[in-house]
Amino acid sequence: MKTQWTGFQIGNWQTSIDVRDFIQTNYQPYEGDESFLCGPTARTTRLMQKLNHLLDLERQFGGVLDIDTMTVSSLTNYAPGYLDQEDELIVGLQTSRPLRRGVNPFGGLKMTNDACKAYGYTLSDKIKDEFQYRTSHNEGVFRAYTDEIKRARHCGIITGLPDAYGRGRIIGDYRRVALYGIDFLIQQKQADKVRLGENVMLQDNIRLLEEVYQQISFLGKLKEMAALYGYDISEPASNAREAIQWLYFAYLGAIKEQNGAAMSLGRVSSFLDIYLERDIKSGLLTEEAAQELMDDFVMKLRMARHLRTPEYNELFAGDPLWITECLGGTGEDGRTLVTKNTYRMMHTLYNLGSSAEPNLTVLWSQTLPASFQRYAAKVSCDTDALQYENDDLMRPLYGDDYAIACCVSAMRVGKEMQFFGARANLAKLLLMSLNGGRDERYDIQLGPEHAPYEGDILDYDKVIELLDFYRPWLAKTYVNAMNIIHYMHDKYAYEKTQMALHDTKVHRFMAFGIAGMSVLADSLSAIKHARVRVVRNETGLITDFVTEGEYPAFGNDDDRVDNIAKEQVELFYKALCEHPTYRDAEHTLSILTITSNVVYGKKTGATPDGRPAGAPFAPGANPMHNREKNGALASLNSVAKLSYDVCRDGISNTFTIVPEALGHQEEDRYRNLIAILNGYFGQMAHHLNVNVLHRETLLDAVEHPENYPNLTVRVSGYAVNFTKLSPAHQKEIIARTFHQAM
Amino acid sequence: MKQGRISSIQSMGAVDGPGIRCVVFLQGCPLRCAYCHNPETWPIEGGEEMDLADLLTKIERLRPYLQQGGGVTVSGGEPLLQWEFVAELFSNLQDRGIHTALDTSGVGSLQGASEVLQHTNLVICDLKFCNEQDFRKQCHGDLRQVYDFLALTAERGVPLWIRQVIVPGLNDTKESILSLKEQARQYPNLEQIELLPFRTLCATKYEALGIPFLLQGTRDCSEETIHRLEAWLTE
Repeated sequence: MKTQWTGFQIGNWQTSIDVRDFIQTNYQPYEGDESFLCGPTARTTRLMQKLNHLLDLERQFGGVLDIDTMTVSSLTNYAPGYLDQEDELIVGLQTSRPLRRGVNPFGGLKMTNDACKAYGYTLSDKIKDEFQYRTSHNEGVFRAYTDEIKRARHCGIITGLPDAYGRGRIIGDYRRVALYGIDFLIQQKQADKVRLGENVMLQDNIRLLEEVYQQISFLGKLKEMAALYGYDISEPASNAREAIQWLYFAYLGAIKEQNGAAMSLGRVSSFLDIYLERDIKSGLLTEEAAQELMDDFVMKLRMARHLRTPEYNELFAGDPLWITECLGGTGEDGRTLVTKNTYRMMHTLYNLGSSAEPNLTVLWSQTLPASFQRYAAKVSCDTDALQYENDDLMRPLYGDDYAIACCVSAMRVGKEMQFFGARANLAKLLLMSLNGGRDERYDIQLGPEHAPYEGDILDYDKVIELLDFYRPWLAKTYVNAMNIIHYMHDKYAYEKTQMALHDTKVHRFMAFGIAGMSVLADSLSAIKHARVRVVRNETGLITDFVTEGEYPAFGNDDDRVDNIAKEQVELFYKALCEHPTYRDAEHTLSILTITSNVVYGKKTGATPDGRPAGAPFAPGANPMHNREKNGALASLNSVAKLSYDVCRDGISNTFTIVPEALGHQEEDRYRNLIAILNGYFGQMAHHLNVNVLHRETLLDAVEHPENYPNLTVRVSGYAVNFTKLSPAHQKEIIARTFHQAM
Repeated sequence: MKQGRISSIQSMGAVDGPGIRCVVFLQGCPLRCAYCHNPETWPIEGGEEMDLADLLTKIERLRPYLQQGGGVTVSGGEPLLQWEFVAELFSNLQDRGIHTALDTSGVGSLQGASEVLQHTNLVICDLKFCNEQDFRKQCHGDLRQVYDFLALTAERGVPLWIRQVIVPGLNDTKESILSLKEQARQYPNLEQIELLPFRTLCATKYEALGIPFLLQGTRDCSEETIHRLEAWLTE
């Protein structure tokens, strides 16, 4: 038994890597309320003032404070950086200075170049030369892309593909570094490598062997990186401060190496609680000191940055990293996984002020302790910084040590990963189906030719037939694009640090997505229940519609349209499953747009539901704005009907309500929010973003951003600082349905 | 098969009774309150006919939310105008274990009210004024009917919330609040008094309906006014 483990309950976790077993044998469930929490220490306040000052400067500099154009981001390429070396309890920055962004051309040199230019910098010749002789992920992908895929991408029927930036959505089990130390992890990987050596040497095995070699190499680099800061992480962490530090180093290594879209943290709070409890019990720490460590840790997370192009920001607005941390949930044995440190993590929103990152995600279970449900509801009402995902739905599928990558993607920590794949635009699928495979905006042939829709009034059955003809084409094109992307990403930008913190044998998901679900459903409903006349342009292309009469719209708990939505989602998922995936990944599907609903809308012509050309879609699985005529619960019920069985990568719903509509008094609001969450998730719905705010607040923040430095708004699976959004995104959020009191 | 005339259904109300509530707005009202915020519910011939069974199906869909301390509130319009329908609805809801609240101004058939109260868990009575002249002038109603109704709720022992909308210039005085308090405390079944601020938001509805809005120029009642008046209630 290692001396660092003194005081812990023994278990299987000591002989093989098994973090879950360590948690289960050692954690202390907490059923009490938040009264034990402590405010910020003078040190925390000092550091936070310093950070706020930098954040303010960053805003004034147009969103990017500084770029290091001379150094390629990696684990050991920067001198150690500090916010305040004297004061900090947890150390480590991505580059040598706070909020200075590194460049990461492994995804694609052009993106890096453009991003530097957009903020008035020039990528150094040194790096340009270096990458002249290297293939980036982006180059690899475009060597293999077919013309058909390029056209689909160009027209925006498939958009947001991770073919020019890091794919992300991989969660390293960063806890392993704290619990075992690097040396043990290397030993285990070396043993795996020996075992792989016994296998027949064919493509899959050879590739994996090389990957494990790289993993081992990067575990070594992680040690070197920590050494730059004066820490030796070869051995396990021996106290809480070290546990947080080791874990953070592991995460830091990952974000230095990779600029993936979503770089999620996992599920670390209750793991860390075991260390904090041990130190508190032995008198090493007070509650105030425990909170101070968590505050310092979260400050570091809030400083994580990647360099992006303006086009990227259009898709994923607000400079997000999706440092998603999962809180709560219930164990397989029925004990709550809420610990005191779950509270401490949420309390950072008060000690440091509200914030979009880390992306705090409550795993909601009907059996969560009542006092925790109340605290979560209170934090939502106070900060709008939480999202909720249904633990009772996911636990039977992923066990009790899964986490969420990005917004809504569940995976067992260290055992499963996904190939992220953005989304296909189903509203455009409808339009190209009517136009015989031609794109309605560019008037070019996308898919196979077919006679366009004849006649002036759209007939439901005929339209469905056309959709059935083009859906398989879209699914095939999409799967092919994804297979190419992930083949190349593995080849040219493999996540060495993160995959070193996974089991060598991992289960892979291929995460497809759809956008425009409610536009498609409402359009088909309009075709079926109202009268939709097509409008053709001079070349005969259908570019507009005249819709007469009422039709049931998604979001009113009306089966006539909700069943259409359900059916179309299932059909698309089935169509995807027809096509084999790279590395035999399991097909999954999400209904999630992030903020790309604005861009997708821009790229889509008018639709039969009455939506004008270029108008934004609703985000995720949300009903279209202001078509919900029966109030909030009817809207939630419509979304709850979508089946998680075919959307295992998540169904995102964003819910905004004004405080007065949630109840007169604060306690009423908490109680009512809990009832909404229990009612929604009790129907096996998957995800809910909760905003409790007034439209007027947002309007005022548009006028006076300086008064709202911390205004946090949940959008679609993540939170953003409202003042960091582009005017178009701000406008779209203001236009959303705010559920009002009558 | 019972049918009711329904103005609208709001699947989530959180301010008309305890917990999360489905609020059913019935069509038709005998009063014409100058500050009414639902003037579209006035004519009995408006709204939509709905079968009781269909309404129950809709409500049943909301059970997961309503069963946690919430329920169904019937409002309007004046729900007692359709007392047979309401009595039947409430009876069905209670059989299904769903809490029932009647949001009424207390006017209409006392016999009808008596039927409804048999199946009512909570009465929320909007006691608009506590003097005859004002009630007649501003609402076109007979205050004695309201007092008879309130007495009936007391006799039946149905929990009672009394509400009043505070309209600046009409009833935002200490005197008015003290008479409300005086009146309210006669009822042993009283659980609470709520003061609601008048909002001019409803003016657009009048415009759309082509009905003259008599309180044009009246300002919104502020939160401060409500707090000031509430202090008189608790003193």
